[in-house]
Amino acid sequence: MRLQLALKDALIGAVVAALLFIPLVALRTDVGSTGALTLRYRWTDAAILIGLVFLGRLALVLWTGRTGLRPSTSAGPWTLRLQRLGKLAAPAFLAFALVLPAIPGIDRYWLDLGILVLTYVMLGWGLNIVVGLAGLLDLGYVAFYAVGAYSYALLAQYFGLSFWVCLPLAGILAAFWGVLLGFPVLRLRGDYLAIVTLAFGEIIRVVLLNWVSLTGGPNGISGIPRPSFFGLPFSMSGGEGTFAGFFGLEPSSVHRVIFLYYLILALALLTNWVTIRLRRQPLGRAWEALREDEIACRALGINVTITKLTAFALGAMFGGFAGAFFATRQAFISPESFTFIESAIILAIVVLGGLGSQIGVAVAALVLIGGTEIFRDLQEWRMLVFGGAMVVIMVLRPRGLVGTRTPSIALGKRRAIDGKLVGEGHG
Amino acid sequence: MSRPILEVQGLTMRFGGLTAVSSVSFAAGAGEITALIGPNGAGKTTLFNCVTGFYRPSEGIIRLHKPGVPPTELQRLAGHRIARAGVARTFQNIRLFPGMTALENLLIAQHNTLMASTGWGIGAVLGLSGYAKAERQAVELAKRWLTATDLMDRADDPAGALPYGQQRRLEIARAMCTEPALLCLDEPAAGLNPRESDELARLLLDIRAEGTSILLIEHDMGVVMRISDRVVVLDHGVLIADGRPAEVRGDAKVIAAYLGEDEEEVTA
Ligand SMILES: Nc1ncnc2c1ncn2[C@@H]1O[C@H](COP(=O)(O)OP(=O)(O)O)[C@@H](O)[C@H]1O
Ligand SMILES: [Mg+2]
Repeated sequence: MRLQLALKDALIGAVVAALLFIPLVALRTDVGSTGALTLRYRWTDAAILIGLVFLGRLALVLWTGRTGLRPSTSAGPWTLRLQRLGKLAAPAFLAFALVLPAIPGIDRYWLDLGILVLTYVMLGWGLNIVVGLAGLLDLGYVAFYAVGAYSYALLAQYFGLSFWVCLPLAGILAAFWGVLLGFPVLRLRGDYLAIVTLAFGEIIRVVLLNWVSLTGGPNGISGIPRPSFFGLPFSMSGGEGTFAGFFGLEPSSVHRVIFLYYLILALALLTNWVTIRLRRQPLGRAWEALREDEIACRALGINVTITKLTAFALGAMFGGFAGAFFATRQAFISPESFTFIESAIILAIVVLGGLGSQIGVAVAALVLIGGTEIFRDLQEWRMLVFGGAMVVIMVLRPRGLVGTRTPSIALGKRRAIDGKLVGEGHG
Repeated sequence: MSRPILEVQGLTMRFGGLTAVSSVSFAAGAGEITALIGPNGAGKTTLFNCVTGFYRPSEGIIRLHKPGVPPTELQRLAGHRIARAGVARTFQNIRLFPGMTALENLLIAQHNTLMASTGWGIGAVLGLSGYAKAERQAVELAKRWLTATDLMDRADDPAGALPYGQQRRLEIARAMCTEPALLCLDEPAAGLNPRESDELARLLLDIRAEGTSILLIEHDMGVVMRISDRVVVLDHGVLIADGRPAEVRGDAKVIAAYLGEDEEEVTA
């Protein structure tokens, strides 16, 4: 009986696999010697894959005795164990991030990857305020990233302001744009809000692309000043007034990378710190309450518009900080860096990590961004692996890696709240 | 009747062609429980929504007389200002924040007081303002109402996980945490068993004893007749009776309105 069931299930799995792998694997086009496309067959490869699916599925069903995966939002035995670990994991992550540049064998490549991951951690945390806490679906978050980046680039180019002056300005300008966008659109709900924010993201990009006299259009802005170590530039000359000269170090290009690494780490931690503090205060609680039930909020005298605006503005501000950092790190920006796909990746990080969960978002950014980089060797398979991994996570844990909510205050012990009770917001 | 807390004059609410509330005038006495009854679809919830700022009435005046401040015309206020003016409400279908704990629900009700102590939110983030003290006081108030509604042992449980009767009580506790002058309850006894109804009645009497006036929509005539000081009856959007419970109970028009509906309930 069980064998029969398992065989039937494995067969279905094999058929699905065949449908997928025959076009994907068995048929392959190559560029021939004449430059024309030729079709190459790889039947054995496809057969092996289909066989693997069949056997794997058979073994799984025979072994576990069930065919479906069980989605869960609550804290299962695994999650509980992870959560217990999590108490150690967060400080462990932090300690690891702090000492990373000092670990032997960590070269420039790893530092650059670290910077990239941390940038997305920061963006994820910033968007988490808007989407995860306030429950406002923002598909155009990259717009604020762009505003921050261009603010710094343009302020530095036209007014010669330094990075440290521009960083807060970039955040303020992004927040300003957040408020400007927020006023008309925050009365919209759900899908409508999502569409308008998406459009806003595109509009910003198109403006940057077409306002050639100011932004250089598609050519972007190059020669953006690099950050200085509180006034000491990083220079290979090693002179008196440079970072290396001042501290009596051998001039090295790695100094700047390490500095950038710590800079983004500090910015990301600032985002995290502010969010954690706000969550335990009336403003953060009001955001979460809005996500849960807007009408009840109004009946309790909460100004819904203002509260939404603060979430929007604060999220935008951190996006702006990240943008300014991006500009100074790259020294070159163009509208190409701020396409919709960036918004989608950041949103994927937030959703995958678990709406509202700080540690979940950080892990998701590490997995999604770090993973894509590390598995570059997989070439064409990379995206397949990632698509698959995301689908599996969302099927198993529809509320993200950390699907539970921790109360902001408790009389006794804080107990995690099952994700299925927690609202997702309606815009 | 004593001095009024709420005065409704010529209140009309139209939805397109449908007149849900039609020039209704009555007053709710300060320190009293005023019941608003009537068959289903009579316009009770609509009237509540006008009083609490969810609907803007087509015509009429709703005036709140809070002691010590000049009268406020509620129909002119923006939705979120009504609670600040001193009117709190519950909903016919409970609207708690299900993913937040009972205690968090009660703290959100004190948002405006707490927010004022955070120094625009920035001071509290930096740990500067007197926020910690304000939060302690807010927790004290929340504890008081948790005790009053017999929910103290559920303080750290998510509101969505509480049984129905406890959710009803929590919603009342949450409304009371806004420290209102007038509490509007929309069918608070709906779905409660007799013992829970009794507890509710006692809770409402306690609230009245503390000086908060109550406007109560209720179908459970047992509760209404026992605790109300005054009963206002609506039928098809029109006010058909207004008086002491005993007077209203014998009113021919009221009996006619309920005939075929729940006759026993009225006489019960
Ligand atoms: N938002 C609305 N739009 C249109 N009609 C409404 C609306 N709200 C209530 N009504 C109508 O008003 C009438 C009174 O409803 P309601 O106030 O809910 O009655 P009840 O006394 O049972 O609470 C009903 O006929 C209802 O259909
Ligand atoms: Mg009703």
